[in-house]
Amino acid sequence: MKGVRHYPGFTAIALGCLLVLYAPMIVVGIYSFNGSTSLTTWGGFSLRWYADVFTGEEAERFGMATWNSLTIAFMAATVSTVIATAAAVAMVRGGRFRGKAGTFALINLPLMVPEIVIAVATLIFFSTIGLETGYLTVLIAHVTFCIPFAYLPISARLQGIEGTYEQAARDLYASRWQAFSLILLPLMAPGIVSGYLLAFIISLDDFIITNFVKGAGMETLPTAIFGSVKQGLKPNIMAISTMLLVVSILFVTLSYLINRRGQKTLVQQGDRA
Amino acid sequence: MAARRPGERSLLVPLLLPTWAMIGVFMVLPVGVMALYSFLTREFRGGVDWTFSLSAYDQFFFDRGLFGDEAPRLQWAYISIFWRSIWQAVIATVLCLLVGFPTAWFIATRPARSRGVWLFLITVPYWVNLLIRTVSLRFLLRDTGPLNQGLMSLGLVDAPLPVVNTNLAVQLGLFYSYLPFMVLPIYAAVERYNFALSEAAADLYASRWTTLREIVLPLVKPGIVAGCLLVFVPSLGAFLAPDLLGGAKTFMIGSLIDEQIKGSQGNWPFGAAVAVILMTLVLIALVAYARSVTRERSA
Amino acid sequence: MKAAIELRQVVKRYGATTALHGVTLEIGDNEFFTLLGPSGCGKTTLLRMIAGFEDVTEGQILLFGEDISGREPNRRPVNTVFQQYALFPHMSVIDNVAFGLKMKGMDLASRRQRAGRMLEMVHLLAFADRLPSQLSGGQQQRVALARALAPEPKVLLLDEPLSALDLKLRQAMRVELKQLQEETGITFVFVTHDQEEALTMSDRIAVMSAGRVQQVGPPREIYEAPVNRFVADFIGETNLLEVEVEAVEGGMARVVLPGGHRIACPAAAGTAGRHHLSIRPERLAIASQGGEIEATVERVVYLGTDLQIITRLDGGAAFDVRLQNSARVAVPAPGTRVGLHLEEGAARLLAD
Repeated sequence: MKGVRHYPGFTAIALGCLLVLYAPMIVVGIYSFNGSTSLTTWGGFSLRWYADVFTGEEAERFGMATWNSLTIAFMAATVSTVIATAAAVAMVRGGRFRGKAGTFALINLPLMVPEIVIAVATLIFFSTIGLETGYLTVLIAHVTFCIPFAYLPISARLQGIEGTYEQAARDLYASRWQAFSLILLPLMAPGIVSGYLLAFIISLDDFIITNFVKGAGMETLPTAIFGSVKQGLKPNIMAISTMLLVVSILFVTLSYLINRRGQKTLVQQGDRA
Repeated sequence: MAARRPGERSLLVPLLLPTWAMIGVFMVLPVGVMALYSFLTREFRGGVDWTFSLSAYDQFFFDRGLFGDEAPRLQWAYISIFWRSIWQAVIATVLCLLVGFPTAWFIATRPARSRGVWLFLITVPYWVNLLIRTVSLRFLLRDTGPLNQGLMSLGLVDAPLPVVNTNLAVQLGLFYSYLPFMVLPIYAAVERYNFALSEAAADLYASRWTTLREIVLPLVKPGIVAGCLLVFVPSLGAFLAPDLLGGAKTFMIGSLIDEQIKGSQGNWPFGAAVAVILMTLVLIALVAYARSVTRERSA
Repeated sequence: MKAAIELRQVVKRYGATTALHGVTLEIGDNEFFTLLGPSGCGKTTLLRMIAGFEDVTEGQILLFGEDISGREPNRRPVNTVFQQYALFPHMSVIDNVAFGLKMKGMDLASRRQRAGRMLEMVHLLAFADRLPSQLSGGQQQRVALARALAPEPKVLLLDEPLSALDLKLRQAMRVELKQLQEETGITFVFVTHDQEEALTMSDRIAVMSAGRVQQVGPPREIYEAPVNRFVADFIGETNLLEVEVEAVEGGMARVVLPGGHRIACPAAAGTAGRHHLSIRPERLAIASQGGEIEATVERVVYLGTDLQIITRLDGGAAFDVRLQNSARVAVPAPGTRVGLHLEEGAARLLAD
């Protein structure tokens, strides 16, 4: 007789679920090292498609797209993290104020509205105000939809930090700014880093909105990959996908570890106290 | 409760202003402009004429013949695209629920220390580029792909299973895209569930599955409803899965909007109208959800 | 008495609810002063107002004669020991202790030196470079004390600082806290809901309930001469009886108990009518017969150091008697009738 927590088949489904989630990525990862020119016939281990990404005929296009993606992700993540940090401090530490529920809804709006709707709306808006689509419009759109992704871990972290730390600092003669910069900010740091990394990935990964507001001639990595895939799946796409995949997983893992380590210092004191 | 001194209030506005400005100007305002656009007249050179018109919605719902002079009949072409999209999203949601609930349950019943790792494993795919994941799935499922090759070399099938370019492929794609959204809220609900209740039910002669139906499901329902919403909404407006995994027969709302806005035969007011209708559907789902939550709380 | 802190008609309102109804108090210099009361009585709110974390709705707070009501917390020379200590988790123990000194602008060498001395005082110098999370609850508590005392505040505020510790540690810390207060000569304002803590450490206690101060006085006075039912009931255990005052003569009243027995107790002239009478259970002696009150033993409860004898008066009211557990005591069996002798001053007539 097993405990009430056990249901036959649930473990198998859960493990199957993980398999389904990872299998396509793992398969692509493996086939990106395929030495053959054919997509699916295994021709031995080789790095030729990785070399092709950097030196092949599409190298320049992908290079430019990568540069665009990275610079946009860097700027969008930086700006949205600053904005989200300010918002989180106001929302979590500001007590009750008029417009709080509305602001909360506003922050979460980018998560509620279907991406394709945001994409169309943003394109029509830029066209109406006469802003030519290109690098700048992509950047603006990215900053906007990255805000909630940066906000979530930062506000979650801030909620876990008791208000008494700041009060203790104020009690010990710290000004409001000193209490913020010496106490609150260092304690929030794991949440901020985590939010930054997530915003960075979200920006790096976005396809739909970027595809609408990028205009002709400008490419980010996902739109370049999409364009290439539309011509037919080629092995160099597998290599570039694998690299992007690894970068994403690295970032998420980093974000997770930083957050967890930060959690520990807060939790331990609470437990023992 | 933290103290509120008068001076701290004055900081609220400068702290929140950037958020209001960015999301207000570059998301709320655009959605408003888009709604406005859907009531404008299409110009054949590609732009719009700023005169009020219901023609976009008229075109969506009614067929007036080739020259627009016949009596209006209900236009099924677009409504059926919506119908198909809703249907595909529903199937994807059900699939996610059938797999997501046992998975969430499994994670919630692991020892506390390892739960974080399991959750992490479930969330990682969400952070990986959806485009790449969809391309990967297409590669895996295609007629000459590793799945069919494997099945054939094992002798399980004689000819490749034609999965790609079917409704099934799109459903699998949506399922694969949004599965983590189902697992997380259900996990949160199950994690709060008091397992002593299951023991009490078992003590009172309920079988395992009766307990699940009578005790567990009613109590974790909020998590299930939230999960279904989180899968259904993005599935409804999905673009990549139908575009890359389906064929012409699996045309969904996302592709329709894309075609109207980006295509060479594009019609922006019409594309905007389709987006507005999609958003209305999503809004209805969200309001229904919000109502079910408030009802749950007051009960 | 020179007042370290003076509260003048201090009122605190949150919207429509009033947390404090005009509290007036004087806390003397060098005093160990305790705010005692059940949760929600307003004691913590009062402490936080002195610290500057809550605004004063009405009234004034004076620190050595100076009005500090509207000042920011960092401009008040008072420091707080928080309930959960609020040690900064990202700073070492010594950095925590030196934080206030740093904020006051003391240079690095002197503040390290002073922080070191403070840690020595609380026997934690060896832990100076650890993080708070690496300390036990009792050690964290002492760091919090050292941190709050380091800037030499004029008043130290302690918000239930012992509530997170286990019993043995709590008892040890009581002695340590009292010693520390005597050594430093700083005024301590201590908030607690634990009457034993209040009675053992305080010079004076203010008993609070429902946003009002019910009684202020030294521990002995609070315990032995409660002014009203709330104080009598909240501090220690007592038998509360509704009695009728028959007559008052020469400062002594003759009162009728529910069972019809008559006893004498001190009362002011002019007292009449129905009142509450408090009789502490340990201020009684049991005899097989005689005594001012007669009762029937219902049950004897063994408490280790004491025996609790639950009896019933003739009028039907339950009545507790405490006896010290000693070989010389004859324990009455349930069902026997006994006589109860009141010690002098055992019975006290309450104002309401």
